[in-house]
Parts: sequence; structure tokens; C-alpha cells
Amino acid sequence: MPLLTDVMAADPAGLLPARQQMALSLGWHIVLACFGVAFPTMIFVVHRRGIVRSDPVALGLARRWSKVSAVLFAIGAVSGTVLSFEMGLLWPGLMGPFGDVLGFPFALEGLSFFVEAIFLGIYLYGWDRLPPRQHLLMLLPMATAGVVGTYCVISVNAWMNMPTGFRIVDGEVTDVDPWAVLFNSGALLQFAHMWVGAFMLVGFVVAAVYAAGMLRGRRDEHHRLGFTVPFGFASVASLLQPVVGHVLGIRLGQTQPSKLAAFELATTTEQPAPLRIGGLLVDGEPRWFLEIPRWGSFIARGSFDKPVRGLDTFPTSEQPPVNLTHVAFQSMVGVGSLLALAVIVFWVARWRGRDLRDNRWFLRFAVLAGPLAVIALECGWIATEVGRQPWTVWHVLRTTDAATDNPGLWWSYAGACVVYLGMTIGAWVVLRSMARRWRAGEENLPSPYGPQRQEA
Amino acid sequence: MTLPVLVAAALFAGVVAYGLFGGADFGSGFFDLTAGTSARGAELRTLVDHSIGPVWEANHVWLIYVLVTWWTAFPATFAAATETLFVPFLLALLGIVLRGAAFAFRKYSGTLAQARLFGAVFAASSLIAPFFFGTVAGAIASGRVPADGDGDLWASWLTPTSLFGGVIAVGTCSFLAGVFLTADAERSGHPVLVSSLRRRTLAVGLLTGVVVFAALVPISRDATTLSDGLTGRALPLIVVSGMAGAATLVLVARRRFVPARITAVVAVATVLLGWGIGQYPWILVDAVTIEAGAGADQTLVALLVAVGLAVVLVLPALAYLFRLTQSQRWMHE
Repeated sequence: MPLLTDVMAADPAGLLPARQQMALSLGWHIVLACFGVAFPTMIFVVHRRGIVRSDPVALGLARRWSKVSAVLFAIGAVSGTVLSFEMGLLWPGLMGPFGDVLGFPFALEGLSFFVEAIFLGIYLYGWDRLPPRQHLLMLLPMATAGVVGTYCVISVNAWMNMPTGFRIVDGEVTDVDPWAVLFNSGALLQFAHMWVGAFMLVGFVVAAVYAAGMLRGRRDEHHRLGFTVPFGFASVASLLQPVVGHVLGIRLGQTQPSKLAAFELATTTEQPAPLRIGGLLVDGEPRWFLEIPRWGSFIARGSFDKPVRGLDTFPTSEQPPVNLTHVAFQSMVGVGSLLALAVIVFWVARWRGRDLRDNRWFLRFAVLAGPLAVIALECGWIATEVGRQPWTVWHVLRTTDAATDNPGLWWSYAGACVVYLGMTIGAWVVLRSMARRWRAGEENLPSPYGPQRQEA
Repeated sequence: MTLPVLVAAALFAGVVAYGLFGGADFGSGFFDLTAGTSARGAELRTLVDHSIGPVWEANHVWLIYVLVTWWTAFPATFAAATETLFVPFLLALLGIVLRGAAFAFRKYSGTLAQARLFGAVFAASSLIAPFFFGTVAGAIASGRVPADGDGDLWASWLTPTSLFGGVIAVGTCSFLAGVFLTADAERSGHPVLVSSLRRRTLAVGLLTGVVVFAALVPISRDATTLSDGLTGRALPLIVVSGMAGAATLVLVARRRFVPARITAVVAVATVLLGWGIGQYPWILVDAVTIEAGAGADQTLVALLVAVGLAVVLVLPALAYLFRLTQSQRWMHE
């Protein structure tokens, strides 16, 4: 492996562990961030139904979901804080020169997070303390803040893909325009992709929980409603997502052709380009793929005869890791298409008078759809982030120059692995025990160390 | 006032708010940790849940505000500080993560054994976070962070100012939390809890006062720029802080818990302000001034717009949250 060691010798000591730690902490946080964005809206729907229709089942769901969100939002808040620290701890070469370019959207995201945290506190503790309708309204600022916060964070990622709002003169960053960063032309579509993705993830994950319950014979109204509301959100989202994703993808040919070439496994420029399903690059040659003529051009360029630039038109030093990018991208598209197909099947059957909630095979698939939606989202982030390499800021800042040279970073990465594993187990154990106690008829979940429990 | 100084003031307002509100939440961990067995501590631990449960996440966001404002307004100094103070930043972060996660997990844990485990993690990490933030503050204030960020990973913060700073931060947070918790316990009608909290708050307050006095000489030798500022420009604030701290002790001793909350807040706020004014005009003491470390003017202006939005949108909401949690209806189960 002479090549690899050569590359490693030139890189800062922190590069590889910094990438690993960022991938772990961002990949972990993004799942909870989705809950922060999409869950308040779903809770609003059941809570409102509970109040307006005096529906005790819907109200019960809202109560339970708000307790679940107390746990999820807490670990979401702290894992988001990790990312704030890591911007400096792992990427001083990005934050030092570019902090005042990319920082402003983060400041606004901070405000959104503030609003969300405040109204979360009011909502969670407002049960039986606030007048019901006023209490319900507390969800609206939370849901709105989730949208604004997502836009702001994504605008920074879009800026990393399509940098704007500054100039570099003699190696110095000048003419900084923070508003141009906030409203950069790439932000809106990328935001739409993430926002819709968040509803897919939360919708399918929550629906999976109730599908699992129905599979075990708990076919009461509680489980039916608990399945249908999130599945409804997920249905709309997973039908919108291919459209948003396609429009977003067409842009890549202009903005990041090397990422597109990796997505498409295009080693040489072809016109028209075929769509390669599956496949890996082995010794520079694509292998083991299924080829569909012309569709590569359509998917990448929106036309059946436009060319797709090949990887060979880029110097090796400007190519992303092809296999990881390609596999992640196609997994995202594949899983997303499968989920879209499944919701079409469900609603067509429903329209024809068949309720697939009574079908065990469909329920089994619905249980699987939760983890699948998580996989699709993770793959999407891997595809876009790895596909942007070797750049942190496209054609402006290489990742090798952004990373810290701290040699002790492997220790921090190892620590992060332990902490995230611990938090995952902790959350799993606690959420499972909450579900168990709810099934046993214990609605309020008093803490096991409270005075009432101690005396009992 | 120049643009960078104005933004630095807004940044420091966030530091003060985090020190007060985030600090009081962290300090509850001390009382939780020392509450004794699960039977004896049941009442206090439930009070802690009740007092910080609705507000800790909102109070925590002040930290995000500080970080984001810092890296946006003074980017190179942020990168320099995180590089040099990598270790204490990472350990403070560890404390924050474990505190938040374990606090939420404990409240909903299914068994007493799990609650004990999560509770121990919550309480211990509540002390880790302020300790390491104290060391970070000490390192910046004693001029240990060079402009290019290549300060020693260990020697930069294993100094008298940093270590005393860490201990004083823990003591201050605990004292603040003690005053707040005692007032909450009295208001919700727990007389036994009040007397035990009152005793321990007094002990923590006296001990913290002793540590502050013990630290005066080492810090004045170790951090000359800061101590010149503290005994010069910032002296009135430091005097007010000392007096307010002493008044808090007297008020707590005389069971006047409601006014004690005000004097405690004044004591902590003035000492934090004193630190900021004491190290003015430096952002990284002896290395980078506020003017020299500031980012682009356009960004600073945009940040002030964000701060204005925060004043209009966040502060009223925050006031609403605090008003609700302090209301009578909120106090009973």
C-alpha cells in the first residue's frame, strides 16, 4: 500500500479521525434533528384531533408522543451541541478563515433552536397546567422554528457546495456578504430535500412502531391512529422526494460534475450516458452493474441525449472516493423508490377498499420501512458529503487544510464512539421501558425515585 | 463604541446569561449528587426535576448563542481557542452531553437501579461541565491562548488561574442553584427540604468564598493583565459582587429566600461582568484584541440584526416560560 501511506504522510494528523468523528456525530444527530423538525407537526395533528373531536385516543397519543419527544429532543439538543464544538475542535482551518462568512446562518439557527427549546419546555410541562387550546398552540412555534432552523443549517451546507458571498484576494477572505450566504441560490432546493426527508424518516419510524404493535395483535384504535397519522405524512413526503431529488440532481452537472460522475459511476464521458444500477469500481473499471441505455443522461441532465462528464476528465487529486459515493447515492435512490412504491400500493389498495393494515406482510414491510428511511437519509448525507471531497468548501478549501493537526484526535474519536453507543443504549432502554409501562396501563410514568414510589 | 466592541458586548451578555441560568442548572447537580440514598434524596431529586426540567434546554441554548456569535464575529480567535484548549473544551462538552442525556433518561427510567445510574451520571457530569468551562475561561483570561492557536495542549490550562477558575465555577454554580432550589422548596411547601438545602447552600457559599480568597494571590501572580483589570477598571463590580455574595449568605441564613435569589444573581452577574471588563480590550488576553480579532464588518452588522431579533423574539418567550414555571398552578404535580 505505498500510495495510501504517501497520502497519509502529507495529510494533517487529525484528518482521518476528524472525518470519522464528524461523520459519526453528524450521522447520529441528523436522525434526532429530523424528529425536532417533523415530530411537533405530527403531535400537533393528533393533539388537535384530540381536542377538536374530543377524541381520547388521539389525545392519549399526543401525551405519549410528547413524553417521547422529551427524551429525543434532550439527546438531540446535546448531540447538536457536539457539532457546534466540533466546528472548532475538528475544523479550525474552516472556522478560522471562514467563520465570519458561514457563521450568520448559524446565528439565526441558534435563534430558532432557542424558540424551539423554550416552547418545548412550555409544551411538555403544560399538560394539565395550561388551558387545552392555548397548550396546543405551543406546538406551532416549535414546528415553525424547526423549518427556519433547517433552512439556516442547510444554507451553510449549500454554501459549502456552491460557495458565494466572499472573495479571496492574495489568500485573504474579503468582501464578505453574510446575506448572500444565507440566501445562496443552492439553499432552497437542498432545504426542501432535507425537510421532506425529515418527514419521511419520522413518519416511517413512528409508523413502524405501531405496525410492530399491530403485528403482535394489538389492533386497537390507538395503534391504527398511531400508524396512520405518521404514515400519512411519510406518504406525502416520499412521493414528493423523488421530484425534489431529481431537480436537485440536475443541478449537479453544472455545479459539481465530479460528484455527479461518482454518483453515476461514469469513468469516461458518454453521450448519451447509460444508467448503471449497482456496480463498483475495481482497478478503475466499473464492474457488476446493470446498464440501462440513455437513462443516465435523463436522470443527470434531464434529457435523453446530453453527455455526462466522466471521472477521467478530472485530475486524480480532485476526484471523490468513487465507490462509497456511488453506493451511498444509489442506496438512497433505491430505498427512496421502494418506499414511494410501498405508499402507492397502500393508498391504491385503500382506494379500492382494502385496508393493508390488516395484512401481515404489509405490516412486516412497514416495520422495516422505519430503519430503511433512516438508511436512505444517512446514505444521502454520505453521498453528498463524500462526493464533495477532496473539498470542504467546493474549489475553495480542501479538507486537508480544514482539519486540525491535533495528533490526539483518535482518542477523542474513540471517546465519541463510547459516548454515542452509551446514549443509543440509554435511549433504547428508556424508550422501551416507557412503552412497556404504557402497555401495562401506567399512563403518567412517575419517576421511580419520586417520594410516592419510595413510600409505596 | 465601535462595531466589534458592540458585538463583543452582545457576546459577553450571552456568557453572563449562560453563567447565570445554565450555571444554576448545573449547580443543581451538586445537590442531587449529595442528596443521599434514594429514599432520603427522593424529595430533593423530584424538586430538581421540577425546577430545571422545563427550563434547562432553553438555558442551554445560551451556550449555542455564545459559540455561534464567537465564531461568526471573531472567527480566528475561536479557532485558536478550540485548538489550544482542545482538552478542556472536549471535557466540558462531555459533561454537557452526559448531563442532558442522563437527566432526560433518569426522569423516564423504568427501574430504580436505572434511575440511580442515570442520576449519578447526570449529577457528576453537571459538575464536570462548569469545571472545564472555568478552566477555559481561566486560560483565556490568563493569556494562555496564542493568536495562531498552537499553545500547549496541557500546560495552557493546567495553571493556577484555570484550576481555581474551574473550582470557583463549580462552587458558584452550586451556590446559585442552592439559593434557587431553597426558594423553590419553600414555595412548594417542603419545610424539611428547605432546612437541609439552606444548611448546605450556606456551606457551599462559605466554602466558595474561602476558595475565592485563597485564589486571589495565585491568580494575581499568574494572570497579571486580568488582575490589573480586576483591581482597576472592574473594581467597582468586584466590590459589588463581594457585597452581594455576603448579603446572599445573610439572607439565606435569615430564611429570606426570595430576595436572596436577587442578590445571588447580582453577585454572579457582576463577577462575570467584572471578568469581561477586566480583560477588555483583549478577546484573547495578551494575544488578540477585540478590534484585531473581529471578522468582516458586514457580518458584524448582520449579527447585530440577529441579536435584535433575539431581543424581540426570544426574550419575551423566555420571560413567558419563566413566568409560567414560577406561577402557582405550575408548582403542583
